[in-house]
Amino acid sequence: MRPVIEVENVVTRFGERLVHDGVSLHVNAGEIYGFLGPSGCGKSTLMREIILLEPVQNGTIRLFGEPLNTLSFEAAQALRRKWGVLFQSNALFTSLNVAENISVMLREYTALPADVIDEIVAFKLDIVGLTPKEGQLYPSQLSGGMKKKVALARALALDPPLLFLDEPTSGLDPVSAREFDALIMRLRDMLQLTVVMVTHDLASIETTLDRMAIIDERRIAAEGTLSEVKEVPSLFVRTFFGGDVS
Amino acid sequence: MAQLRIEETGRGIAVYCSGLWQATALDEVAGTLREALAPLRSYEITFELSGIERIDSAGALLLQHTQRRLEAGGNLVKMEGVDDDSARMLQMVRQYGHPGMDFAVASPGFLAQTGREAAEVLANGMGITAFVGRTFKAFVNLLFLRVGFRYKETGYQMMESAIKALGIIALTIFLVGVVAAYQSAVQLKTYGANIFIVDALGISILRELAPMLTAIVVAGRSGSSYAAQIGVMKMTEEIDAMRTMGFDPYAFLVLPRLFALIIMMPILIFFADAFGMLGGMLIAHTELGLSVTLFTDRFTEAVALKHFWVGLVKGPFFALLIASIGIYRGMQVKNDTESIGINTTKSVVEAIFAVIICDALFSIVFTKLGF
Repeated sequence: MRPVIEVENVVTRFGERLVHDGVSLHVNAGEIYGFLGPSGCGKSTLMREIILLEPVQNGTIRLFGEPLNTLSFEAAQALRRKWGVLFQSNALFTSLNVAENISVMLREYTALPADVIDEIVAFKLDIVGLTPKEGQLYPSQLSGGMKKKVALARALALDPPLLFLDEPTSGLDPVSAREFDALIMRLRDMLQLTVVMVTHDLASIETTLDRMAIIDERRIAAEGTLSEVKEVPSLFVRTFFGGDVS
Repeated sequence: MAQLRIEETGRGIAVYCSGLWQATALDEVAGTLREALAPLRSYEITFELSGIERIDSAGALLLQHTQRRLEAGGNLVKMEGVDDDSARMLQMVRQYGHPGMDFAVASPGFLAQTGREAAEVLANGMGITAFVGRTFKAFVNLLFLRVGFRYKETGYQMMESAIKALGIIALTIFLVGVVAAYQSAVQLKTYGANIFIVDALGISILRELAPMLTAIVVAGRSGSSYAAQIGVMKMTEEIDAMRTMGFDPYAFLVLPRLFALIIMMPILIFFADAFGMLGGMLIAHTELGLSVTLFTDRFTEAVALKHFWVGLVKGPFFALLIASIGIYRGMQVKNDTESIGINTTKSVVEAIFAVIICDALFSIVFTKLGF
């Protein structure tokens, strides 16, 4: 089966600063895949290029086999309905309540009756571990962990096959963070998702990720499963996994 | 797209479902299911699902929802040809679904709405009182030298909110001068009273138009920026951060802005006076043939200095209103993006309204005092 995401020789430059110098990787269907690397290495930039928030300057990125740099408007719009994105700061719409936040894409892109949409929203709230009575609350009334879950429910509103998570466990306490990891794995199995996440959290790297890419020095320093990556002789890998701070 | 075929069989009704039963492809079948099946009572209805290529939770929930409605109408519903995928999805929505969930927010009744608005008015009044009090306290602290005067910040605000507004104020009042002169010129020419254009323009611009227009431009430009900037600072907890460092936001944010505008407003009005008269002079020359010397001679002779002072004196009062309304509105921003928009709009509308009221009061007071 063809990989869901294929990144080939991506070169990104912001002014004088070279961010990616020939980055290539691929994400297979059904995987939980991680982008790892030191701060400022361009993990988030790469993710932003994949989800069409930044233009691909050089090289090719293909999603579901479609190259991103030649997309028509319609194709890009259709592609955007095939993924859900959970932002680091959740990016919930503060003027909408929880139920409205989750249903916003359903109301925009479908003509489903309101009572069916409400049931879809309640289902989404339940699968991310919230209760439907939280639907009436506004984002400002929620705790950090609940906001994450609402943002996740919103990302899953249209049952997309692909889910992007930007540092999903940052800002959560360790217990909530492990719960969130378990939630992601459960949802991957339930909804047969492919998950791509940018993360720094060692515990979630060890428990959730099937494969990962380490971006360091503008290139892919390593790609593969955890044990494969740990074998790679790189300073970042040694300090990150080995606790070697010398 | 999801497809649907409804057939009557000997024993009841068969509904053949096929295609993609996914959230974005369900619009048509959702409508058809509702219309065609709603009137049915006491039928035996079979859903044949084997034609479904792919189903997601929205498709499964729609099926579950339809089944529930039909059963409520006394029909017997069966699902046939359920493959593994569909079975898994149907099971999932049974486990996690909440049938009959309704998220509609009831709109509050008349009484509740009235009460809510009354409470808002009261809270607003208390907010204004607290704002005035805190600002005054910060001012007292400054007077007794408990905190230093923020020279740098005040200077920066003078630059940002007043000096950088000079261009647009000059252009606006110049054009208003042109328009006012042009309209009066047409009237005055018919009476041959050309020279009186100087009196008319001098008094109206110096006394009313220049201070008023300056205040309106400053309210729209600088008052709104105070509201937006302080509002965002509140949202990003910058104001709380300042508090924890012992920086009183009233001393650091409010007073510099108040002082900057209070000091600069008369200067802006002075410039506005000049540009307004310049516009008038231009039209007096081109339309009525009044030379510049004639214009200035008549100006010094006919327009008393008091008109100039009346216009200038209003400046600090307008500035106080505009700055404090802008800052107060910024402080009222809550932790959602919509309230930034609402409060920025309010800051401009309220500031202009307050300026007009203040101007009307000045009009009465100055007339009574004989100015």
